[in-house]
Amino acid sequence: MTPAAAPPRGAPVIRAVDLAKTYGSGETRFDALKGVSLDVQHGESLAIVGRSGSGKSTLMHLLALLDRPNAGRIEVDGEDVAGAGARTLNRLRNERFGFVFQQFFLTAQQSVLENVTLPLLVAGVAPRERTRRGMAVLESLGLADKAKNRATDLSGGQKQRVVIARALINEPDVIFADEPTGNLDTATGRQVEDLLFGLQRDRGITLVVVTHDEELAARCDRRITIADGRIIARTDAAASVVTEGAAR
Amino acid sequence: MRTADVITTATRNAFRSRLRTTLTALSLFVGAFTLTLTTALGAGVNDYVTKQVETLSTGDVLLVTPAASTDTTDGPNEYDPDGRQQSGQANPLGSGTLLNDDDLEATRAIACVDRVEPVRQISVDWIAGDADAAADGRYELDVNPTSSIGRSDLVAGAQLDQESGDLQILLPEDYVDALGFSDAEDAVGATVTLGYTDAALEEQTVEAEVVGVARTSLLAAGSGVNQALTDEIADAQAVPGQPNAYAVAVAYLEGSGADGAVTAADVDAVKADLADADLAGQTVEDQLGVIQTVITGIIGVLSAFAVVALIAASFGIVNTLLMSVQERTREIGLMKAMGMSNGRVFGLFSLEAVVIGLLGSAIGALAAIGVGTAISAGAASTVLADLPGLTLLLFEPATVVTVIVVIMVIAFLSGVLPARRAARQDPIESLRYE
Repeated sequence: MTPAAAPPRGAPVIRAVDLAKTYGSGETRFDALKGVSLDVQHGESLAIVGRSGSGKSTLMHLLALLDRPNAGRIEVDGEDVAGAGARTLNRLRNERFGFVFQQFFLTAQQSVLENVTLPLLVAGVAPRERTRRGMAVLESLGLADKAKNRATDLSGGQKQRVVIARALINEPDVIFADEPTGNLDTATGRQVEDLLFGLQRDRGITLVVVTHDEELAARCDRRITIADGRIIARTDAAASVVTEGAAR
Repeated sequence: MRTADVITTATRNAFRSRLRTTLTALSLFVGAFTLTLTTALGAGVNDYVTKQVETLSTGDVLLVTPAASTDTTDGPNEYDPDGRQQSGQANPLGSGTLLNDDDLEATRAIACVDRVEPVRQISVDWIAGDADAAADGRYELDVNPTSSIGRSDLVAGAQLDQESGDLQILLPEDYVDALGFSDAEDAVGATVTLGYTDAALEEQTVEAEVVGVARTSLLAAGSGVNQALTDEIADAQAVPGQPNAYAVAVAYLEGSGADGAVTAADVDAVKADLADADLAGQTVEDQLGVIQTVITGIIGVLSAFAVVALIAASFGIVNTLLMSVQERTREIGLMKAMGMSNGRVFGLFSLEAVVIGLLGSAIGALAAIGVGTAISAGAASTVLADLPGLTLLLFEPATVVTVIVVIMVIAFLSGVLPARRAARQDPIESLRYE
């Protein structure tokens, strides 16, 4: 992220207009999304909640440019990405977005450092620079002593912190987190949440969290509720959450 | 992703599942091993033949034989009393039909032909160091009928002078001791006695001067004698009253080039003229070319077996990589989510195949060189001791590199299907994959 070039806080970093996504055709046709519009403001934390099958994951995939909608459009920093080629989308995802998944998706045979620096490897950063930045981000998350360990030798909480380190290494504008605490016990989950919201608060990173965990959703600035492919509720920042976050 | 990183990552991925990679590489190893050995065998034998040609050929002689019959009309040929005779026995140098004196005259009339000498089969009963030698000082001797064609690989002395009226002989190296000479140099200039049986079954002797001592070679076994000595014995052995017939004649050319050098155009012109006279002309190189073609053919068949082994191995690579792609589905999805292009994913997996190919082929080629060198050295001192200068397996760096590269290409092609599958994976589906 280059702070100078970033749009001012409050402008939408991602805008979705009338998104529709359909899987299959004919008898097996399934409308996962039926016209969803929303803005993701720069620096905010947004929770997308809903039951499984409601379309919340599909929405996140579209917002994260992992998939293309059948109808509607997505704008990143005000620019429509519908016409963008695969190369542009790959660059956008690599440079602007970070991903945190419920399953950690750590490569078992590789060291923690190698796992963390994967986005830089994809981006084509030189090995020495990868190590430097990898160690820096591990340091900031208190994992520097685990850098040489195998990813599988870590505890669940440590693994999720490694995943967050991986999402952070390319200094993204937006972190997409899909059930980030789904695989963790309450205490560890709490720590991971604190970490994510701390990043949002301290570094101004936009957070898009997909969850069905009420408590996690409640800590976000804003939440949208999805059911049957439509947004059925929008809740703006709860004062208590903001206060709670600020008190920490 | 940087190209260097793609290579490093692909190499490390190949070694992630060591046992599987080793087994796949092993099947390539077999192919590489065989292919390296067969090509080395071909190179070794061809190299030997080429060296023999170099020692043998003077470049200005043509072997003249009757043209092979191209008459394919039905029924037997009509008898022509002035026609050529048929040979009573198989003759490795010519066809079944023999040359007659008319053919020799026709050949002499061709431009560029200096002289023509028929190759006459002579049989010598014995050779002795001096005329008075008792029966136990006599040794059997084979005369090489083609010794007039070219040069011999000399240990000492000079080549035969075909135009000289003196009776000359070129001794094989192993006769030097037997005939009582101290060394090859000592034998040169000495006079030996040859014993033979003439047409009337009378024993005859003739004295000849040793002009040189020749090394044994694959293509020139026995002793060489010059034209004068050949004529002397052949005339005595010819059956009286029977017309002359020869299997082969040798045409000595006189070139049109500088200093009378024979050019390729001269050779071609003479060959064409010979063809018009219903004769065939071949240089020594042509004849040995046939041998080389046969050798190349045999090596080709052997190599084909190695290629079959490689094709079988390539299915092993396809299988291994498909498993690899399957196992790493989520990793591929993750990398694609992080912006890795399809092309780079393809490169990652196809390079992994190339790494396996390099591994199997390099180890296979090295093993073949090690084993082959040992076999070659062993054979040279035992079964092939009679063929000095023959390296049975000749490992040429260029050929070995070609074998390795070919196998890497085969491995790459095998990797295309799995790598395409990996490249086309949908990141979302891949990340959902359990």
